[in-house]
Amino acid sequence: MEEHELPVLLVNEVGGICGVLEAHVDFLKTHFQLITMREFLENKNILSKNVQAIYLWWHKPVIDPELLQSLPNLKVIANSGVGMDHLDLKLISGCGIKMANCPHAVSSSTADTGMALLLASARRLVEGCHIAVSLDTECFAPDWLGEEVTGATLGIIGMGNVGYKIALRAKAFEMKILYHNRKQRKEEEEQAIGAIYCKKIEDLLQQSDFVMLAVSLTPQTHKLIGKRELELMKHTAILINISRGLVVDQEALLEALHTGIIKAAALDVTYPEPLPRDHPLLKLKNIIITPHLGIKTRKTTRMITEEAVANILAALNGLPMPSEVLPD
Amino acid sequence: MYQPHSVMGDQELPGVLILGVGGVEGVLENHVGLLKKNFHLITMKEFLENKKELSEKIKSIFIFERRPTIDRGLLESLPNLKVIANSGVGVDHLDLKLISTFGVKVTSTPQAVSDSTADTGMALMLASARRLVEGCQIAVSPDTERFAVDWLGVEVTGATLGIIGMGRIGYKVAKRAKAFDMKILYHNRKRRKEEEEQAVGAIYCKKMEDLLQQSDFVMLVVNLTPQTHRLIGKRELELMKPTATLINISRGAVVDQDALVEALQNKVIRAAALDVTYPEPLPRNHSLLKLKNIIITPHIGTATVQATCMMTEEAITNMLAVLNGLPIPSEVCPK
Repeated sequence: MEEHELPVLLVNEVGGICGVLEAHVDFLKTHFQLITMREFLENKNILSKNVQAIYLWWHKPVIDPELLQSLPNLKVIANSGVGMDHLDLKLISGCGIKMANCPHAVSSSTADTGMALLLASARRLVEGCHIAVSLDTECFAPDWLGEEVTGATLGIIGMGNVGYKIALRAKAFEMKILYHNRKQRKEEEEQAIGAIYCKKIEDLLQQSDFVMLAVSLTPQTHKLIGKRELELMKHTAILINISRGLVVDQEALLEALHTGIIKAAALDVTYPEPLPRDHPLLKLKNIIITPHLGIKTRKTTRMITEEAVANILAALNGLPMPSEVLPD
Repeated sequence: MYQPHSVMGDQELPGVLILGVGGVEGVLENHVGLLKKNFHLITMKEFLENKKELSEKIKSIFIFERRPTIDRGLLESLPNLKVIANSGVGVDHLDLKLISTFGVKVTSTPQAVSDSTADTGMALMLASARRLVEGCQIAVSPDTERFAVDWLGVEVTGATLGIIGMGRIGYKVAKRAKAFDMKILYHNRKRRKEEEEQAVGAIYCKKMEDLLQQSDFVMLVVNLTPQTHRLIGKRELELMKPTATLINISRGAVVDQDALVEALQNKVIRAAALDVTYPEPLPRNHSLLKLKNIIITPHIGTATVQATCMMTEEAITNMLAVLNGLPIPSEVCPK
């Protein structure tokens, strides 16, 4: 009988390759009555009034006006992850529904992903692994070389939580750190990581050996890196993207990599994900693409669900939410 | 027929013996200029063709990629040899005692290699933990329709890193790992000074077992010596956590490879990442190459444009110091 007192949480599905992780279900069920989209659709008449919260897992279920209209008592939508570009914030907020993301849970893991890609790309790690196992390999060529990371210049575009954690890590590699951001960080914050602010993105692009994209996707950052920006970069530079695929003009990137305008790229994100199997980016030698690893660890996914639950419970109890997201 | 160089200055420069230039084992082409500034460059082929004229001119040997091989015969044929400068910091391929009986000094390049090798260790740890290589295969595979959300790696931030071998390179690894908020344990012949430990937040494990039992990542950063040969075997692997990853950036022979194959097959440990094996490369049918939970890189420890150049420069500095009777920056003495 107690179960009926728990608020009803709607998720897209549980388990499988897209659903909320099975390992999180018990935890969710201690706080909520869990229903999936399938269960909801089968019993819309009964369930629609009960749903008070939605937990978005990898951008699903899709939040559209139709869904919102069918959930009159929906109070809060919590997003797994920090990017909110898949949501119409104005629409949702206009219905009086609160929204939350998980900035604290994601930042370390995403920063680690950025560093992993930077190191792998600089040192040609993936290529090296192929050589190490290839049937044709008879010896390791001594003139097969990568680029030094220690002491190189890293330009971070987007100095939020994730960007800052990348800077902290890069500093330990004695990298020179430049950054470009909407707002300059406080002096103490800059000094703690030895980061130099570049008001003009061009200055950062021209001086960096590694350019790391750690911005949110917004109308302002859509195709932020295009032909012009790539041409401003050093031809020995490497571009790393851990933000969103749409921050980069993929056609321009393809051309730049093909013609040696920049040396290489490492992308954890593309548009779409995955890329079509015949996409030209997949055929390039000087690129590594990873399947959106950003937060994919047991520990971080768990922390994400915990942060989402904390936000949902706060919203349902009329308390301040730890990570509320408001429309701009 | 040996032709004397037409430039007078060249013949007054001390002779340095190298295996050759370019190819699989030769000195990198674009380092030849660096050597020629200070030395009369003599290849092994030239030497063997003109032993009489050249044997007395050779004052130094520059070893690149473990070549040329230094044996008694070679040492006996070079009466004026003063120094053997090794490119790299591992000298397990050199018989230090034998060389010292000829009054010849041996030097290595610890400064040039340490950053690059520490970076390699970090690259391997991150790549293994986050399943980067596997992920790249998924990203391009024709069979991939969606990226599975339950496909997970293990966290690096906040995990425990156990460093076995806390020399220059081990310490640089610790500095980098600290920035990832890792808890750092270390095992070393000698304990480091307290300030050094505190600077990286490293905790000394006098017993290697303690380190093995507590670490999420075990990184091998020792020299290869008789004491470290097969330092990590069946027993050590069984002491490690089943969720742990072994990273080797030292020498292949520090690990019992057969024991490692078994440990990985039976999931005694989660995974391994090896920049070094024995031999290098492994035979193409070796069991290690078939495992799913391993990544192997082709000894990329110092394989950067910058590091290789610095190694040649450091070797040259050491050779000149010996030949000019100056303090030697990086002499290696037999134990």
